[in-house]
Amino acid sequence: MGKTISEKILSAHSGVDARAGQIVVAQLDFMMGQDGTSPLAIEAFREMGASRVSDPAKVAMVIDHSAPSPLEGVSRLHALMREFAREQGITFYDIGQGVCHCLIPERGHLSPGDLMVGADSHTCTYGAVNVFATGVGSTDLAAAMMTGKLWFKVPQTIRIILDGALPEGVCSKDLALWLAGKLTADGATYMAIEYEGEAIDEMSVEARFTLSNMAVEMGAKAGLMEADAKALQWMREHGARTLERVESDPDASFVETLEYRVHEVEPMVAKPHTVDNVAPVGELEGIRIDQGVIGTCTNGRVEDLEIAAGILRGRRVNPDVRLVVAPASQRVLLEGMDRGIIRDLVEAGAALVTPGCGPCVGTHNGVPGDGENVISTANRNFKGRMGNPNAFIYLASPATVAASVIEGSITDPRRYLSP
Amino acid sequence: MILKGKAWRYGRNVDTDVIIPARYLNVSEPAELAKHCLEDLDPGFACGVHPGDIIVAEENFGSGSSREHAPVAIKAAGVSCVIAKSFARIFYRNAINIGLPILECPEAVEGIGLGDEVRVDLAGGRIENLATGAIFQAQPFPEFMRRLIDLGGLEEYVRERLGKE
Repeated sequence: MGKTISEKILSAHSGVDARAGQIVVAQLDFMMGQDGTSPLAIEAFREMGASRVSDPAKVAMVIDHSAPSPLEGVSRLHALMREFAREQGITFYDIGQGVCHCLIPERGHLSPGDLMVGADSHTCTYGAVNVFATGVGSTDLAAAMMTGKLWFKVPQTIRIILDGALPEGVCSKDLALWLAGKLTADGATYMAIEYEGEAIDEMSVEARFTLSNMAVEMGAKAGLMEADAKALQWMREHGARTLERVESDPDASFVETLEYRVHEVEPMVAKPHTVDNVAPVGELEGIRIDQGVIGTCTNGRVEDLEIAAGILRGRRVNPDVRLVVAPASQRVLLEGMDRGIIRDLVEAGAALVTPGCGPCVGTHNGVPGDGENVISTANRNFKGRMGNPNAFIYLASPATVAASVIEGSITDPRRYLSP
Repeated sequence: MILKGKAWRYGRNVDTDVIIPARYLNVSEPAELAKHCLEDLDPGFACGVHPGDIIVAEENFGSGSSREHAPVAIKAAGVSCVIAKSFARIFYRNAINIGLPILECPEAVEGIGLGDEVRVDLAGGRIENLATGAIFQAQPFPEFMRRLIDLGGLEEYVRERLGKE
């Protein structure tokens, strides 16, 4: 019997013939924590009696959730991380470098076929470049830093085949929301997803990151894709150590194979307060918007900013709306500046904030007021997510957010497509 | 281990953002986190919960963020056990790693109402609704996780393993 991508990667890293359902102890290629989770991991690391991380070259910590620090308590935690990073000689990305899930693949820490964990649920993002990457908590990260290994239950896999091409004005984010609506918020719990098909082949690597990023919104452990020539090229340009891809065997065993034709997918919006509560944008047009957010680990890359700028260029954000733009990394910010994209967004009325997670996770940089409606390119619209439980968060693509902040209400972006 | 307490009853998809909002992630003191536990979902919880009480919820409990502050806040609030129809996987792992007992048992969730007195025999996975007399059997943990739980969590497990090496 053949193997899935997950079974192959976990076999290669555990030295056993790993099959779905089995528990294996596997060697990690990389591990990462952010400022919401690293402080507890550092405490747990010390509690375990550890003094040195097993391999400093395999560990990174990122300050992105509150960057720069909005509070004295946060500053203390940041200081703890800086001190730990210096003492251990690990890679450290301080404020302004960007969101961990943009940085880790961008800065050459990963290669196809790697096994990595991050103390952040959206670590599944790197599945888009053929890495078995999954979110863990702080204590797991501590054990991983100490031993270089972690236990895994080998997941079953759902295969999702996406046939056809996405229509114009429809982004990979719309597809991610559409799939969340089909599978629901726990439809893939404990499982890996393998995405394939023409729609994936056609997507840029950046657009693929968006899709893999949201695998966890269906409960999945990993959101994997095979590495095609496009992905390998991207990995080569971003410093991968090796370029050996891992594919699932033709006779691999999948728990389910779902096949969809994507030509009918429309721009989608997730309504408060769950990600699977989706509707086509047309059903929600006219709902008042008080704030827009473009950024995050889901949709804060150059291509995303470019899509938004394409709509906002030469237009103005509605005077009753605030638009917050948070590029996902410093490199994204610099490239966006070089290409005039940032200028277009700022001239249209956007407030540009430091690359980081703040507006999405509610730590700072755009906490909404009571009763306000926000439309965001983020991946979660849970109650209180953005820092105020009395606000309402709608999730959409960069195109839909851009069109909606111009109109001041939820708007179908296809109305703004250039002729 | 026998656990006993009053049931707090919640719905589907109780996510880690409502269990402990990110605005409190600058706090790592468990007692402080407990003061804000579930405040965006049920403002009466943190002040009304008694040691030993049990959270009973529908599917996908603990979905969302990987923040370990979520099971830490629940445990520090005095909750002895969470019973749900299903758990999100990172929360499941985190709860075991920090020593918060959790049980998957859809039948028990159907058969327990808000405020019912519940008794749980953790080793056997037996759940009893003392208000109605109904008895339910939860899924036992896989052996590997039972070992982790018996030792008290991952920190203790790693310490023990290091002792052997």
